[in-house]
Amino acid sequence: MNRLVEPLLALAATALLVLAAWAVPWLKFVLTIALAKGLAVLGILLLLRAGQVSFGHSMFMALGAYTVAFLAPQVPEALLLLPLAVLFSAVAGLLIGLFVVRYRDIFFSMLNLALCMVFYSVLEKFYAITKGTDGIRVTPITIAGQEPGRETQEWLIFGLALVLAVGSGLLVRAYLASPMGRALAGIKTRETRLEFIGVPARRVLLFAYVLSAVMGGCGGALLAMTTRHVTPLLSYWTASGELVFILILGGAGSALGPFLGAAAYELVRVYAAALVADAWQMILGGVLLAVILFAPQGLWGIVAGRLRGRA
Amino acid sequence: MAGWFSENGLLLGLALLDGLSYAALVFMVAVGLNLVFGVLRIVNVAHGSLFAIGAYTAASLGLFLSARGLPPAAGYAVLLLAAVLVGGVLGPVIERGVLRRVYGQEDVLQLLVTFALFMILEDVQKLIWGVQPLFHDAPMKFLGTVDVPFGEDVIPFTAYQIFVVPGVAVATLAGLAWFLRRTLTGRVIVAVTTDKEAATAMGIDAAKVTLLTFTFGAALAALGGALASPTTSLVPGVGAQTIVLSFAVVAIAGLGQIEGAALSALMIGMGRSIAVYFEPELEVVVPYLIMVAVLLVRPQGLFGVVETRRV
Amino acid sequence: MTDAAFTRRAALLGAATAGSLLFAGGKAGAQQRPAELKIGITTFLSGPASVFGVPARQAAEMLFEEINKAGGIGGVPVRAFFVDEGPGTDHLVGEYRRLVQNEGVQLIFASISSGSCLACTPLSDEMRKTTVLWDCGTQRIFEEGPHPFAFRTQGYATPEVLAPLLYLLKHKPDFRSIAVINQDYAWGRDSWEIWKTAMDTLKPGVRVVAEMFPRFGATDYSTEVTRLLAARPDVILSTHWGGDLVTLVRQAAERRLFDRSTFVLPVAEASMQILGRTMPAGHVIGARGDHWNNHPRPKDPERLRRLVEDYRKRYNEYPIYPCHHMAQAISATQAAYAKAIQAKGGGWPNDQELANAFRGLTFDSPTSSITLREDGQGLEDQIVGMSSFNDRFPFAVPKDMVIFPAAMVSTPVGQKSVDWLKTLKPEILAQVPAAIAG
Repeated sequence: MNRLVEPLLALAATALLVLAAWAVPWLKFVLTIALAKGLAVLGILLLLRAGQVSFGHSMFMALGAYTVAFLAPQVPEALLLLPLAVLFSAVAGLLIGLFVVRYRDIFFSMLNLALCMVFYSVLEKFYAITKGTDGIRVTPITIAGQEPGRETQEWLIFGLALVLAVGSGLLVRAYLASPMGRALAGIKTRETRLEFIGVPARRVLLFAYVLSAVMGGCGGALLAMTTRHVTPLLSYWTASGELVFILILGGAGSALGPFLGAAAYELVRVYAAALVADAWQMILGGVLLAVILFAPQGLWGIVAGRLRGRA
Repeated sequence: MAGWFSENGLLLGLALLDGLSYAALVFMVAVGLNLVFGVLRIVNVAHGSLFAIGAYTAASLGLFLSARGLPPAAGYAVLLLAAVLVGGVLGPVIERGVLRRVYGQEDVLQLLVTFALFMILEDVQKLIWGVQPLFHDAPMKFLGTVDVPFGEDVIPFTAYQIFVVPGVAVATLAGLAWFLRRTLTGRVIVAVTTDKEAATAMGIDAAKVTLLTFTFGAALAALGGALASPTTSLVPGVGAQTIVLSFAVVAIAGLGQIEGAALSALMIGMGRSIAVYFEPELEVVVPYLIMVAVLLVRPQGLFGVVETRRV
Repeated sequence: MTDAAFTRRAALLGAATAGSLLFAGGKAGAQQRPAELKIGITTFLSGPASVFGVPARQAAEMLFEEINKAGGIGGVPVRAFFVDEGPGTDHLVGEYRRLVQNEGVQLIFASISSGSCLACTPLSDEMRKTTVLWDCGTQRIFEEGPHPFAFRTQGYATPEVLAPLLYLLKHKPDFRSIAVINQDYAWGRDSWEIWKTAMDTLKPGVRVVAEMFPRFGATDYSTEVTRLLAARPDVILSTHWGGDLVTLVRQAAERRLFDRSTFVLPVAEASMQILGRTMPAGHVIGARGDHWNNHPRPKDPERLRRLVEDYRKRYNEYPIYPCHHMAQAISATQAAYAKAIQAKGGGWPNDQELANAFRGLTFDSPTSSITLREDGQGLEDQIVGMSSFNDRFPFAVPKDMVIFPAAMVSTPVGQKSVDWLKTLKPEILAQVPAAIAG
C-alpha cells in the first residue's frame, strides 16, 4: 500500500500547503517555518530508526541558521548559502558524529544535549562576534540572482522549502529501503549481531548522523532566510526537545510524519499563542501528552490506520 | 609569579566557598534524578519543574506563615514541609497518572512524556505564581553573615549559604547512603536498580518500589528548590536551567550513582565559580565541557558500570 | 474522506478566508476612516523582564480606556493587541508579521528589549509600518542607518549612561577603580562601552577591576558579589534592571557590598518599589528619563499627579518608568494623528502620511515636552540623584537631583555615540546644572 499511497498523499499535502499559503498570506510564513523544522525532524527520524534519540539536534539547525546570518553579507545568494550551510553542517556532523556514535541510548541523547548546550553558550557568550542573545539580523539576500519584492521572495523561499522537503523525503525513503538503511534497524534490535555478519555498526550510524546533521543544517538555513533573524535560543535544549516532540507528534513511521507534525505543531503554537498568550506551552504539552498516551504512532499513525482500515 | 599564586590562591579559596553552595543545590536535584533513573530507567525532564515548584511553594508558604506571626527560626521547617508537600502530592500524581502508562514503551516516548509534563508544569507555575519575581529571604537573614578572612580583609558570606545549604546536602548524601545500604526498603530499591527482572522474580513488588522511588526523588528535587528559594529570586524558567545542569551531573556521575552525583556536582559547582573569577565568559559552558571531557575518557561516566553487550 | 477530516479542513479554510479578509482590510489603498485604530504593542508578559512589561501594559490599558471614553484618536476608538516579547526574538519577528499582515494594525509600539528593537526596526522599513520604539534604549538603532518608519519617543542609552557618569564625576569625583556587572545582551554591553569611552575621555586612568556580564535573567549573583567584595572597587556600575536588579541589590545588600563601594544604577527607578527599604541610601540612581515620582518641577504638575493617582487607584502600586514611557508613546501617537489629520484637511492618513507627521513632532509628557529629531530620536531630559528616604514614599527616591537637558547629553544627529564621546571635554562638567535638594 505504502509505495503508491505515500507519494500521492505527499502530493495532496503539498497542494494543500500551497492553497493555505495562498489563502492566508501570513500562513505562508508559518508554513515555511514548519517545512524547515520538518526537514530537521526528518534527520532525527533517521537516528530513531537506529533506536537513538538525539536530544541536541537543534545545534545543527542553529549552525545552518548562523551560517546564513554570518555569510549573507558576503554571499547574498540563497542558492549559494544553502550548499554552504549543508557543507558546514556536514563537516560538523562528521566531527561530532565520530565522537557520539560510540555511545548508545541515554548517553547518546545526553551527549548530543550537552554539545547543543555548548554551542548555545558559545553563541550567547561571544558577544563581539555573535551579538550574544540579541542575535544577528540576516541581511537581504537574492534568489538565483533575482532581487524580487517581499511578496515574491516569500513565495520563492516557501517554494524552495517545499522542493527541499519533498526531495529529502524521497531521499530518506530510498535510503531507509537500502541495505545501509536497513542496517540502522539492526542497531536498534541487536547491534552485536550486525557486527557478526560484518556490518560496521558505527559507520552505519555515522553515515546516518551526518545525513541528519545536513538536514538539520538545511532546515536551519531555511529558517534563517524566513525569519531573517537568528538567536542562540535556536540551540537551547528546549528547541531540541521541540524537534523530537514534532517527530512523535507527526509519527516516525513515514517520511511524511515529520512534516505533518511540524505543520500541526506550528499551527497549534501560533494559534495558541494568539488566543492565550500566557499558556501556549501548556496547550502544546497537553497535545503531546495526549498523542503519546492515546496515539503513540503519531498523526501519521492515525492517517495510516484510517487508510488501512478503508483498504 | 609567587605573588600571582598568593593572590589568586586566596581568590581560589573564595571561589571554592561560592562553588560549594551551588554544588549542594545542583546535587540535591541531580541525586533525585539519578535515583529515579536507576529504578524507572526514565530520564525525567520534568524533574527541574519539581525543583521550581518546590521553591515557589516554600517561598509562598514562608511568606504566608510569617505574615501570620511564625517565628523566623521555624522557617527551616517550612522549607522541609514544602518539599514533603510537593513530593507527596505531585510525585504519585505524575507516576501513577502518567508515567505508569508508558513503562515498557520506546525510550523516546518515555523521554517525551516527561518533556510534555515539563511544558505543562512550566505554565502551571506561571498561572499559579505569576511572573513577578518572588522571594522570601527570612530563613537566610535570620542567621546573618559570617566574615571569612581574606588576606588582610574579610569577606562577609551569608551563614545560610555556607553552612545550611551544604549541610543539608551532606546530610542527604549520608542519609541516602545509609537508607540504601542498611534498610530493607533501600536494599529493595538497589536490587531493582541493578536487575529489575531478577528482583521481580524474587517477589519484589516493582510497582510499589517505582512509586516510592519516584515520590522520594520528586521530594528531593522540591527540597533543592526550597533550599534555593531564600537566596534567589524565583522567576519563570528556573526549572529549565536546573534540569539541564542536572543532566550533566548525572551523565558525569554515571547513571544510578549516588556518590558519583555528589562528586560531579562538586566538579560542576566549583568549575562554574572558578570561571566567574578568572574567565567569566566561560561560566555557562563549563559544566558541559566537564561533561564532554569526562565522557571522552570514561564513556559510562565516572562511576558507571559497563554494560555487557547482549548478543 | 471521513467526516472529521472534512470538518477540519472546512474549519481551516474558514479561518483562511476570514484571515485574508482581515488582511485586505488592513492594507486598503484608499484611506477611509477605520472603524478602530489598531495598535500592536510588544512588551514582556513573561520572564523576569515582565516586571517592566506588565505595568506598561496596565498603563496602556488605562490610558486607552480614558482616550476611548473621550472619543478615541481622531474620532476613532483605539484597540491594542499585546504581544509577548518573552519567548525570544525569532518568535517576536513572526508576531510582528502577524500583527501587520493578519490583524492589520495601523502602527506598532515595539519592545522593551534592545534586542527586540534591533530586530523590529528593519521590519518596519520593509513593511513600511510606523513603529514607535516605546522603551528600548540601544544607541545603535538610529546611528547605524536611517529607519524612515521608526521613531523613539524617549531618551536612549547615551544620555541615560552619560548623565549618571557626569553626576558621579561632579559629586563623587575621587574614585580610582571601578567594576561593572551588566546583563549579557545589547543594553548591558552597549551601556558599558558608552560609560567606558566617556570615562576614559573625561577621567583617564581609572582602573577597571572586574568586568562581568552574567546571563540575562540570572537568579544567583553570590559568586559575583564575592568577587566584588574581594576586589573592593570604589565604584560599581550596573545597568541591570527588572527582576535581575532586584536580585542583585538584595544579594549585595545582605553581604554589605553597598558599604564598600558606591553603586551607580542608571535604571534603578523601576525597582525601588519592590526593594523598599532594602535599597541602601547614598548611591547614584537614574530613571532613564526625568519621570520620578518626586520630580522637583514637572511641566504639568496636575497631569503628573493625575497619572500617578489614577494608576495607583487602579493597580495599587506606583507607576514606574515603563508606564511613563508608554504614556509618552501614546501622547506622541495622539499628537501625530492630530497633525496628520490636520495636514490632510480632516482625512485619515495612510502609512506614509502618518510617518511624516511623526518626523519632527513635539509632544508633551507630564514632566516636560519631547521633540523627535529628524533621525527619529526623541530628546528627553534626564534626572539623576542620590538614593534617599523621606516620609512621602515607602521606597527610595533621589535627593540632590540634577536635571540634565537632553541636548547636552545626546549624541548630535549623524554622529556615532562612541566617536562623539571621545570628543567630550572636561569643561562639560562646568555645564552640569546645580543639584536640586528634592
